[in-house]
Amino acid sequence: MTDSLTSAPPRPVWVVDRWSETRALEEAEDRAVSQPAAEGAVAIETRSLNVYYGDVHAIKDVSLKFYRHEITALIGPSGCGKSTYLRSLNRMNDTIPTARTTGQILLDGVDVGRPDVDVWALRKRVGMVWQRPNPFNKSIYENVAFAPRFHGVRKKKDLDEIVERSLRAAALWDEVKDRLHESALGLSGGQQQRLVIARALAVEPEILLLDEPASSLDPVSTAKIEELLFELKKRYTIIIVTHNMQQAARISDRTAFFLNGELIEYADTKTIFTRPSRKETEDYVSGRFG
Amino acid sequence: MEAHPLIAGRRTREGFRDRLGYAATLLSVAVILVAVAAIYLFVFSRGLATFFVNHVNVLDFLFGTEWRPTLTESEGGPKFGVLPFIVGSFIVTFFSALIAGPIGIGAAIFMTEIAPSWGRKLMQPVIEILVGIPSVVYGFTGLTLIVPFLREHAGGLGFGLLAGILVLAVMILPTVTSISVDALSAVPPEIKAGSYALGATRWQTIWRILMRASAPGFVTAVIFGMARAFGEALAVQMVIGNGKNMPTSLLEPASTITTVITMNMGNTVAGSVENNVLWSLALLLLLMSTVFIFAVRWVGRRGRLMSR
Ligand SMILES: Nc1ncnc2c1ncn2[C@@H]1O[C@H](COP(=O)(O)OP(=O)(O)OP(=O)(O)O)[C@@H](O)[C@H]1O
Ligand SMILES: [Mg+2]
Repeated sequence: MTDSLTSAPPRPVWVVDRWSETRALEEAEDRAVSQPAAEGAVAIETRSLNVYYGDVHAIKDVSLKFYRHEITALIGPSGCGKSTYLRSLNRMNDTIPTARTTGQILLDGVDVGRPDVDVWALRKRVGMVWQRPNPFNKSIYENVAFAPRFHGVRKKKDLDEIVERSLRAAALWDEVKDRLHESALGLSGGQQQRLVIARALAVEPEILLLDEPASSLDPVSTAKIEELLFELKKRYTIIIVTHNMQQAARISDRTAFFLNGELIEYADTKTIFTRPSRKETEDYVSGRFG
Repeated sequence: MEAHPLIAGRRTREGFRDRLGYAATLLSVAVILVAVAAIYLFVFSRGLATFFVNHVNVLDFLFGTEWRPTLTESEGGPKFGVLPFIVGSFIVTFFSALIAGPIGIGAAIFMTEIAPSWGRKLMQPVIEILVGIPSVVYGFTGLTLIVPFLREHAGGLGFGLLAGILVLAVMILPTVTSISVDALSAVPPEIKAGSYALGATRWQTIWRILMRASAPGFVTAVIFGMARAFGEALAVQMVIGNGKNMPTSLLEPASTITTVITMNMGNTVAGSVENNVLWSLALLLLLMSTVFIFAVRWVGRRGRLMSR
């Protein structure tokens, strides 16, 4: 597993069977998850992570561990670096010419921040969803089948299966099963956002990064997304940026509070919202600034 | 009682300026409309005179392959078959677009996606220069470089359709490139990011996302290039050889609708049938350019529908 990331060029092989494997694992895990997540396995971790945009020091020495099958919320005032931090986890910052990253990003104990890491394999394992739904100008089916196709799935039957499974997992299947070949751009905002989640799930990532996934949606769609995330955390590790304190409190297991590029406090969500140890955190969660 | 501040004041002066601005812009529009209407009216009336006044048969005109305007009546003339020129126009337009399309789109991809920093810095001025070069310079360069080259390496005189195609391809390249660049730049960055975040490489993103999203823009680019190629007279006239017969190979001298007009306009008397026939050719050009414009609009509308 660790080697698959460091040996760069050979494209990742699609393992169709992984799903049924995970299904078996899942049941075992379900039992585990129902107990309070004390100190589970670390899914991804940063050590002394710094991100610069030119001269702007956007992330300052952040060390954080994210645990498997948990939802971790990243909160903080606008411009504090939440999106930047999230983007560094799947190296999407590489696509920004001015961005420079130092420190370590450990996935399965491998530093995926290293230049020789296969970022495509990394991004397949760490999926991402943005604030504004960004479906491709293709049919619903093709949106979901897009990534599996270039990750090597060719047979129509396999693709059909992946598309249905991903759409079901994103709680969208029933709404779109009769219009799979219509344009994705005809869906509502909330449906588009779930489609984008389905698209990310189609590559079977281990970690899902969500940057304010519900902030452009109406309350009903938001509730659906939240419900969905709750369902998804059984199988995935979820890291979510949100400006909505209630949302963070409702859905997350742990919360990290950022301020001016620094990690101020990281603890159980309950602790953060009821008895934070830092004054800045208390001010922020109680709405006194930000 | 004091006047209310919203009602009193410089109302009349502002109102006057308002009306003046309105009148000025309206006048500009009127000038344009009158110019366009005049061109259409004039070309239509002269162009149709060939058929209604001089009684040239429309079918003989459009599908005749013999162009012999000076043949006397006793010899069975004059003959005004313009099919060879129509064919010539379409051939040079089609093939020059065939060459310039892929190259222009390729250059656009390079400029926007592969090397956006220096690629664009270098290519943008190059393209602007290419657009600004007068067509006589293209023709002259073609005459000096392409024609001798073809004579040596492809056989024949060097003058002919192929020379015209090559000159036109270079001429329309900047048009195709710059419109393609616009199309590619219009793809929202978050769509690209979405593709990268799924583990797509740059090429996969270009091929499967960008090319597809920009396809209507590429079509528009090629149609604009074709419109320019179809209408270009001078540069083509200098290298095409101006043969009057139906072309049978790309190396043979030929003519296009535009080159026939520019070659013959000075040698005919206004009002004569020879002159009116040239107006009929101009009418054909006008109709074709109208078709190009509508094609572009249609593609644009389809593109918008698709990307909604
Ligand atoms: N592409 C970029 N180029 C230069 N600076 C950037 C870029 N993206 C973000 N920044 C800067 O980095 C800092 C952190 O921005 P970031 O977008 O990560 O904040 P955020 O916490 O996600 O804010 P918000 O809640 O408004 O989304 C800001 O000062 C911002 O101006
Ligand atoms: Mg943000």
